Amino acid sequence: MRPPSLLSLTLDSALLRIAHIADLSHLPDHLVIDLFRVEKVLKLFLATGCEEIILAVQLLNIKQPLKMSSGIQDSEVDIVIAALQPNLNTFFEAWRPFFSRFHIIVVKDPDMAEDLKIPTGFDLKVYTKADIDGVLGASSINFSGHSCRYFGYLVSRKKYVISIDDNCLPAKDAAGSTVDAVAQHMTNLKTPATPFFFNTLYDPYRKGADFVRGYPFSLREGVECMLSCGLWLHNADYDPMTHVVKRNQRNTTYVDAVMTVPLGAMMPVSGINVAFNREVLGPVMFPGLRLRNEGKHRWDTLEDIWNGLCAKVVCDSLGYGMKTGLPYVMRSDAEAGKALESLKEWEGVKVMDDVLPFFQSLKLSRTAVTVEDCVKELASIVREKLGPKNAVFTKAADAMVEWNNLWKSHGAHHA
Amino acid sequence: MASASRAATPLLKDELDIVIPTIRNLDFLEMWRPFFQPYHLIIVQDGDPNKTIRVPEGFDYELYNRNDINRMLGPKASCISFKDSACRCFGYMVSKKKYIYTIDDDCFVAKDPSGKDINALEQHIKNLLSPSTPFFFNTLYDPYRDGADFVRGYPFSLREGVPTAVSHGLWLNIPDYDAPTQLVKPLERNTRYVDAILTIPKGTLFPMCGMNLAFDRELIGPAMYFGLMGDGQPIGRYDDMWAGWCTKVITDHLGLGVKTGLPYIWHSKASNPFVNLKKEYNGIFWQEELIPFFQSVSMPKEATTVQKCYLELAKQVRAKLGKVDGYFNKLADSMVTWIEAWDELNPPKGGVATANGPPKK
Repeated sequence: MRPPSLLSLTLDSALLRIAHIADLSHLPDHLVIDLFRVEKVLKLFLATGCEEIILAVQLLNIKQPLKMSSGIQDSEVDIVIAALQPNLNTFFEAWRPFFSRFHIIVVKDPDMAEDLKIPTGFDLKVYTKADIDGVLGASSINFSGHSCRYFGYLVSRKKYVISIDDNCLPAKDAAGSTVDAVAQHMTNLKTPATPFFFNTLYDPYRKGADFVRGYPFSLREGVECMLSCGLWLHNADYDPMTHVVKRNQRNTTYVDAVMTVPLGAMMPVSGINVAFNREVLGPVMFPGLRLRNEGKHRWDTLEDIWNGLCAKVVCDSLGYGMKTGLPYVMRSDAEAGKALESLKEWEGVKVMDDVLPFFQSLKLSRTAVTVEDCVKELASIVREKLGPKNAVFTKAADAMVEWNNLWKSHGAHHA
Repeated sequence: MASASRAATPLLKDELDIVIPTIRNLDFLEMWRPFFQPYHLIIVQDGDPNKTIRVPEGFDYELYNRNDINRMLGPKASCISFKDSACRCFGYMVSKKKYIYTIDDDCFVAKDPSGKDINALEQHIKNLLSPSTPFFFNTLYDPYRDGADFVRGYPFSLREGVPTAVSHGLWLNIPDYDAPTQLVKPLERNTRYVDAILTIPKGTLFPMCGMNLAFDRELIGPAMYFGLMGDGQPIGRYDDMWAGWCTKVITDHLGLGVKTGLPYIWHSKASNPFVNLKKEYNGIFWQEELIPFFQSVSMPKEATTVQKCYLELAKQVRAKLGKVDGYFNKLADSMVTWIEAWDELNPPKGGVATANGPPKK
């Protein structure tokens, strides 16, 4: 074992006596500066939040460790709602306390004929089929059904997007308080993600939690969180088979945790309750995979699942993080009988069994350093490896390339 | 609404041993009596073997002190730590049961949010008896729990899951923080009850705490070596971490699962952070090398048993970590000794046992 250095002996000594050091003024400045130059020690002291220490650090002109993010402004957020039903009064009234501060984009399902009913008092813009056709002209991407919200992502000019299905209302937590899903998503996005090592106390940045013993210090800075995947109480996001078999089961378990999905682990991102950094991730947030008989129920779609897998691969490749867990929304019942109808033609089973092994073995090249590059590479690998298995994958690859183009011409602008 | 009748969790009282390391006393067992009394206890007494550890009346147990360990293992006893709770792994070795639950003597029964006492052992058994899902993350956590299921998009071919080898429980009150964090946050208490169990994905490492841990001894036992810690060693408080990293690499290779989350126990005693810092000091720096090592370990196809995997790991520890510190050469040696001792005390069924049976007190 190497003999301890003078510095390490000093650190040992200082840390041993930390509880007894009421003030540092009697320590010669140069010793304190040396002590604080070690980032780990500096962070320890700064973490106490003690005014005198923070002042001393500033007076001594010591460079403070970079903070990940100072917070998300309301003006940086767009709320994007896909309208698949005409009457959105109940929806918007219930969400009013949490939505009213933000700019809202509502995209009307191009297949829906009825006019939308939306209450007043919101900073809100509606996009209809006419807008979609007008802005994009002839596009090979089909924006009908749940896919219409992606148009909202395209025309948004904000850094962050939060998207919630129109059959979801605010949930109540275990204590009975109404959950501000918007604020929770913003917290998830502005605090770091920790994909390289699993923290058994879940999100270490939450109040009352931290990294546990055995968590390497070099990994405690975390990485930027690009996507926050929320959950659903009551009517959970199941496939049609599970809906039919467990037609009376409702999700009543409120799991009070946010966690980072580890590097290399794949997950099903549900589009029902999701938020992301549009500025960075926009090019990969596309409606790629469209099932042959895609319908208006969530169980008729896999577009969000495909989108999430692509996003996860890209995040893993570029060193970004994705979180899952809180916030919950309360999702209303769908008619279970309709699930039975969907089962007849549901090709989701076959598709996912092909899709997952593909994504698990995927490694993007080191030269793909932007999200756009990653998407381009991903699209060509999809076409080559999955295309031969099912035409739906070739179409997905086409859609990914088309989205990349659309993003360049319409999406890649910021406020 | 019709609800399916819930099958009662089997007690497994003849298939599970509770292993408890102790150096002080076992008073904490009184609180656990309603839950632990049906089970056989294996008590590993650390420290001075001349001290008598009083076991509360009514428990069925076997107790081993350092003299017993030395007598039973002979020269191989060198792999069992002294003056560190790492000595508990001796209990795993001498057990003849399929499952092990290990708990620290400063851990008590916790209450769930409704105020009800948590039967931690029952939850661990539930976790071990239901499959794990390491190949795809289920956003509703454990899909086999009542009230949950696999979510949309979860491939059907993966819904059978794999056998669960480890159930890692958590702690309310004093959280399991390292010494620097304890120094900065001496008053922090874990008050958040997270009502979830989840499988740790394949390829992901985690910090395994030995305070509230259960595992399938037949599936993974030989990997649960808690290393060389304590007296005469340059490191402490990394015993369970070491076992956890070795275990995870092996479970990933063999297609087994590791769960974490419920159950909670109540951790009552915060150890002295300055003492902890001295013990952990080397570990804090060494773990920076250890994590990349474990993340890049690859097991050969021929490593088809836990022992084979573990011996391969020992080889790689010597080759790659020996240069970090000479301690790792010693550790690699003791990893081999551990497997030799394990195989001696646990011959394959039909083989002749060469060790004496455990002393019955």
